[in-house]
Amino acid sequence: MEKHCTDSRVKGVSTGTTILAAIFDGGVVIGSDSRASMGGEYVSSKTINKVIQVHDRIFCCMAGSLADAQAVIKAAKFHLSFHSVQMESPPQVIAAASVLKDLCYKNKDELQAGFLTAGWDKKNGPQVYVVSLGGMLISQQVTIGGSGSTYIYGYVDAKYKPNMTKEECLQFATNALALAMGRDNVSGGVAHLVVITEKGVEHVVVPGDKLPKFHDE
Amino acid sequence: MRGQPLLSTVIHREKMAAAPVMMPYFGQQISSKSDLVPDWTRQEVSTGTTIMAVEYDGGVVIGADSRTTTGAYIANRVTDKLTRIHNKIYCCRSGSAADTQAIAEIVAYQLGFHSIELDEPPLVETAANLFRASCYRYREELTAGILVAGWDKRKGGQVYSVPIGGMLVRQPVSVGGSGSTYIYGFMDANYKPGMNKEQCMELTAAALSLAMERDGSSGGVVRLASISEEGVERRVILGNQLPKFSTH
Repeated sequence: MEKHCTDSRVKGVSTGTTILAAIFDGGVVIGSDSRASMGGEYVSSKTINKVIQVHDRIFCCMAGSLADAQAVIKAAKFHLSFHSVQMESPPQVIAAASVLKDLCYKNKDELQAGFLTAGWDKKNGPQVYVVSLGGMLISQQVTIGGSGSTYIYGYVDAKYKPNMTKEECLQFATNALALAMGRDNVSGGVAHLVVITEKGVEHVVVPGDKLPKFHDE
Repeated sequence: MRGQPLLSTVIHREKMAAAPVMMPYFGQQISSKSDLVPDWTRQEVSTGTTIMAVEYDGGVVIGADSRTTTGAYIANRVTDKLTRIHNKIYCCRSGSAADTQAIAEIVAYQLGFHSIELDEPPLVETAANLFRASCYRYREELTAGILVAGWDKRKGGQVYSVPIGGMLVRQPVSVGGSGSTYIYGFMDANYKPGMNKEQCMELTAAALSLAMERDGSSGGVVRLASISEEGVERRVILGNQLPKFSTH
């Protein structure tokens, strides 16, 4: 009964993954699961890191075709560091997001990649941007993506509050990723989280057995 | 099976409606014809929906949204998807509106007859098995995802899930329909065994509201019902009275 399947073939390409970014009071948390799978049958990597650093305080998560996303990010890193040298200052988060958006929009016929960009800059503080498959760029307080994200829309809508503390936001992100990994068979492994604030960048890795458990596990 | 004449007309229509939507998938496609024309222009009438059922000690709470769609047009915005099968046994319908209505009518007939023969109220498990029998035998022709819930003297409140394909499983809490994917996380996080009737009602209303916010095929009002030894109590929560969540 294909028409009622929610797998990637019918929905449109979305990587077997769960990615998330959320703003809290003073910074931003961006995170993902760590599973790479082939067609939902074989886990090709249990510990892949899908959170890529594009500049000192700007990180990206990719969605869609992994090959396309990696190629785009490589080009974007170059453009961004060149831009930063020209401006003689660290780039703004929106600059990173715009570079990705330009690449996605101008090559929309060949590419199938979307991104979450999160970071901190001096002018606008913590920000989260979404670049969708066709090249739309929007700013949001909290955003989720990947195949596992469908299962946590309700949870995120209910649980996210603006101006949480760093600990609350980390707990929220960990819970959301754990819930998605619990329901999506192509998301799993460990939860990679990155906390970005004015002071710097902090990596948090929550291994599978330390993830929060919910009632039926 | 007694209900055969009814079902064969359904089978015919289903096959015609099903054909254009089934598309084989060969490798990766950058863009295909289906991207140029939206999917919904080729859809049949469906209760693309969100349904939920929760057991508590002494009964069950069931809930559903109220939207029936033909593609992008909302054919009925106040649908009642909580269908009575017997005095204390209800079902929540999702999938093709025609299929689920037909199956529910057939099962209600079969169960009524069985109850008269037994001279006793029927068991929820019996109703669930009747649904499963029809859904499994005609699985190629049907698109029906059903939650069967009710109360009987032997096992109290019970929820049985009969998803597309015709599996039967009893679960303490179950969600179904197109909107259900969005609330799996919420449900996993917020359901705890041992809740009472009011808590179950609140959980169901909250979960359905969240799903209705995100799923284009779910919306309208929230219909709730609780079934227990005392009987059936029905409630409607209108759009402006639904629980609100901080949207960003």
